[in-house]
Amino acid sequence: MASNPVEYLPGKQPHPREHRMIFRNVDRAGWDASIDTYLNDGGYEMAKKALKMERQDIINEVKASGLRGRGGAGFPTGVKWGFIPPTNTKPVYLICNADESEPGTFKDRYILHQDPHQLIEGMIISAFAVKANLAYIYIREEFPHAATIVEKAIAEAKNKGFLGKAIFGSDFDLEIYVHRGAGAYICGEETGLIESLEGKRPYPRIKPPYFPAALGLYMSPTIVNNVESLCHVKHILQMGGAEYAKLGTPNNTGTRILCVSGDVQKPGYYEVQVGKVTMGEVINDLCGGLKPGRTLKAIIPGGSSAKVLKADETYKLKDGRELTIWDIPMDFDTMAACGSMAGSGGVMIMDDSRSMAWVINNLNKFYQHESCGQCTPCREGSPWMAKISDRIIAGNASPDDVDMLEQVANQIEGKTICAFGEAASWPTQSFVRKFRDEIKSMTKADLAGRIVNEETKLAVAGLEA
Amino acid sequence: MAGILKQNSPSSPPPPMSDAASAPAAKPPVDLVNVQINGTWHKLPKGMRMIEACRQVGASVPHYCYHPKLSSPGNCRMCLVEMGMPPRPQPGQEPEKDEHGMPKIGWMPRPVIACANTIGEGMGIKTEGKLTEECRRGVMEFLLANHPLDCPICDQAGECRLQEFSVEHGQAESRYREDKVKKPKNVDIGPRIRLDDERCIMCSRCIRFTAEIADDPVLGFTERGTHTTLAVHPGKRLENNYSLNTVDICPVGALTSNDFRFQMRVWFLSETNSVCTKCARGCNTEISARGDTVYRQSPRENNDVNSTWMCDQGRLDFHFVNSEYRLTDPMVKSDGKHAVTTWKEAIQSAASGLKGLGGDEIAIIASARMTNEELWLVKQLQQATGAKFIDVVPRSGGGDNYLRHDDRNPNSAGVRQILGIEPGAALDSIQRAVRSGLIKGVVALGENLLKCGFDKDSLGKLSVFVSTHILANATADLSTVVLPAASYAEKRGSMINATGRLQRLNKAVKSPGNARDDWEILNDLVSAISDQKSLGSVDEVFKQLAGSVTCFQGLTLASIGDLGRQVLETNETVPVLEREKERKAKGIIVG
Repeated sequence: MASNPVEYLPGKQPHPREHRMIFRNVDRAGWDASIDTYLNDGGYEMAKKALKMERQDIINEVKASGLRGRGGAGFPTGVKWGFIPPTNTKPVYLICNADESEPGTFKDRYILHQDPHQLIEGMIISAFAVKANLAYIYIREEFPHAATIVEKAIAEAKNKGFLGKAIFGSDFDLEIYVHRGAGAYICGEETGLIESLEGKRPYPRIKPPYFPAALGLYMSPTIVNNVESLCHVKHILQMGGAEYAKLGTPNNTGTRILCVSGDVQKPGYYEVQVGKVTMGEVINDLCGGLKPGRTLKAIIPGGSSAKVLKADETYKLKDGRELTIWDIPMDFDTMAACGSMAGSGGVMIMDDSRSMAWVINNLNKFYQHESCGQCTPCREGSPWMAKISDRIIAGNASPDDVDMLEQVANQIEGKTICAFGEAASWPTQSFVRKFRDEIKSMTKADLAGRIVNEETKLAVAGLEA
Repeated sequence: MAGILKQNSPSSPPPPMSDAASAPAAKPPVDLVNVQINGTWHKLPKGMRMIEACRQVGASVPHYCYHPKLSSPGNCRMCLVEMGMPPRPQPGQEPEKDEHGMPKIGWMPRPVIACANTIGEGMGIKTEGKLTEECRRGVMEFLLANHPLDCPICDQAGECRLQEFSVEHGQAESRYREDKVKKPKNVDIGPRIRLDDERCIMCSRCIRFTAEIADDPVLGFTERGTHTTLAVHPGKRLENNYSLNTVDICPVGALTSNDFRFQMRVWFLSETNSVCTKCARGCNTEISARGDTVYRQSPRENNDVNSTWMCDQGRLDFHFVNSEYRLTDPMVKSDGKHAVTTWKEAIQSAASGLKGLGGDEIAIIASARMTNEELWLVKQLQQATGAKFIDVVPRSGGGDNYLRHDDRNPNSAGVRQILGIEPGAALDSIQRAVRSGLIKGVVALGENLLKCGFDKDSLGKLSVFVSTHILANATADLSTVVLPAASYAEKRGSMINATGRLQRLNKAVKSPGNARDDWEILNDLVSAISDQKSLGSVDEVFKQLAGSVTCFQGLTLASIGDLGRQVLETNETVPVLEREKERKAKGIIVG
């Protein structure tokens, strides 16, 4: 890593507990997204180095680094790369998933806006490693500015001969294209993204048989990685996999960017070593504590699909540790052991001013709106949940409706084509289980069993629907 | 469970796919794997879809989107089942065995779809039990949440998968108390089909059919989530000649046929297996009738002929059966006027007329729309009258790269085999001989001669003009004896299609009035002209036929079966079947 100290813009200095690697150049004084700035900072050296390496050596470094995908699932990146069938004769594609749409997540946009060449360099290395000569950056429709910046960066890199034919004088060719989404959450699901890239509706594919590493884009092996994950590849090469693995905690290596939003003094992005800070430190240290006079009520720790954590819960782990919500280290494994997930790094803090019924309705509305509609449980279940929670916050529901809300969620979980469909059920499941009494307190017992939709109310009033 | 180890021979798949009669003598060896289904171990072909494996052992799995002839998107989630595999043993460790010596199955906590997953060695499947039942009940409830539940006025009622699976897996009372999603209704998406989007369950079968089978991808979804709406693409119509197949495969009442909708509740219909006679393909069909009225005709699966499809032209060409212009009584012309008479007198009149002429004065215009049995009797008639001239009317054109054959007659192959003539070869000379007055007697069997080159004047001058017809027409008007005949839906008999397959028509309805089956008419006519013994049944006619024409040897009308028998080598292939074979080989479809 370049050793000269990095200065940041006034008021944008990283917190001392941060470990800026991916976000090293974000908010950096005198920094811009141009290739010259990037080159002056030692840029593209790792790409040059990579192209002289054996492909398997790069994959081995990534495997040794323990890097886990930063998009949400936390799947080991090196293992994913290794799934390309060794007998493959078809072209291989690399796709950068820049469809950052998980509510509460806003890390990739800063990379795209401020450090696009870091991503391109990571992609050159990754594409070389997996033998892809064609790569796509799938940028969500809501990032028009990012798309412009990335397209300009690609043009700059191509101009310098870093992309195109015979990169850096090697025999490796690579083209990167930006593909714009049309505004759908489901395009963040890798097979949905691939369908969209093929020009179809982004209906996720069934797995098996359509595992992207074997049958992806145009039925060819395809590696889909998150923006942040691809950037990490550059640093893994720079540091060496073993050295990189010393960052963070075992099996939860490296750094990751937490996107904190909600009821804290200083919401924002914080790049920390995985597992080296606890939830309490995130809130009190990094984010300057809760708002004055408020107490913590709940946390969604990894994007809206992650199950909610309740402030007064304690978690008994298999290794004997007993954690309060404040003690949970911000890593993949402990978060999963506590019944939620580190997901995309979107941490949403809710204090006692928040109505949990309102929150769950807000989330249900999102999943209703974003359900792609391909498979039955998510298509019909998510709007049903939204309609029930709508009635709950309108005071138009009975206590039984709250239980039914949970049952509807249970009927979705584990029965959908993709993880996103299933994720639509997780907020409801966890919120109802943990805040049942509060949510029920908004209901009216005498509405039980009554038909309460708008049509019926109008009919009862003698009016036509 | 008793008798827990079962061997399922792969050479005897269950109905409706089975066709023991036509199966090749030896099948290539298939790798068999051990699969436990509902506690019983079976040996089944490796790579078989789970849903087919379950069906084969009698544990049918409910489904909506899965169709063996189409790709499997796995979107309806109705076929979720419990699945397990034996856990991979640690190195040096012996796999755990159950009481039958089979590996113990580690059941997965999550269900899997049976439609797109294939079986492997040691797999366990449960189509019963708590998890599977919960999945089915949940999916059923979801599917009905926004469904209009307008069964009383829905044309699909009685053959609706939502209804069927509701009985088995649904709930008596709906828990859904919200407003339902409103979508377009009564949408005109093509000349023969209506769409009700509120009934649609988004299974995408129709979309896949138009894209994968008909190569006319005009259907697609618009909108998103619960608002997902089936539609034709802007400026397009679902009007290809195979469009009505989408109605057949629609598991609900979303797509209905303009021709059939609101005509009859399906539970009043009774079905008869038959064959389409619109071209030489001979698509296998099911004729649905109530009483003696035919209400619809739909394709029946035959993987050697038409897969599960048929063209719209063939399907809809049955209305003439119910026509008010059907001839119902035999008529004899005297003093230039037709008078209704009895069959006995009509046959006598025709016979004596023909007996008064020499063989070189008689022409028989038969039809390649006749059954083999009828054609056999035509041959007897030719011998009895000594008729020198004989031909059938050829029809061609309109073939396509799917099922429709260029030969628009259903039994040209039968004509060649039985009459030994090439359709149309003698037609010109017969027409000339009629015009010149050389021919004085014509027997026209089911053909409207005015539409195939004969002129009114010369036909009017014939001394004997016997014709059989289904509908009243101008040729009948010119005939001296008019004999009302039966339509294809009213007879039992056989035909040979373009690929040399002998197939059987069955009687679905009775002929109107005094109209008679053609074989009976010809049989009586032959007996009246010659001393030949009258035959007692159409099966007996076939027996005679089988005794004299090689390709029918050893067969009976009964033994043809519902799926037909290959009797001729033609080297012809069926485009739709060839493409299905390709997709099957690639594992895209089950086939």
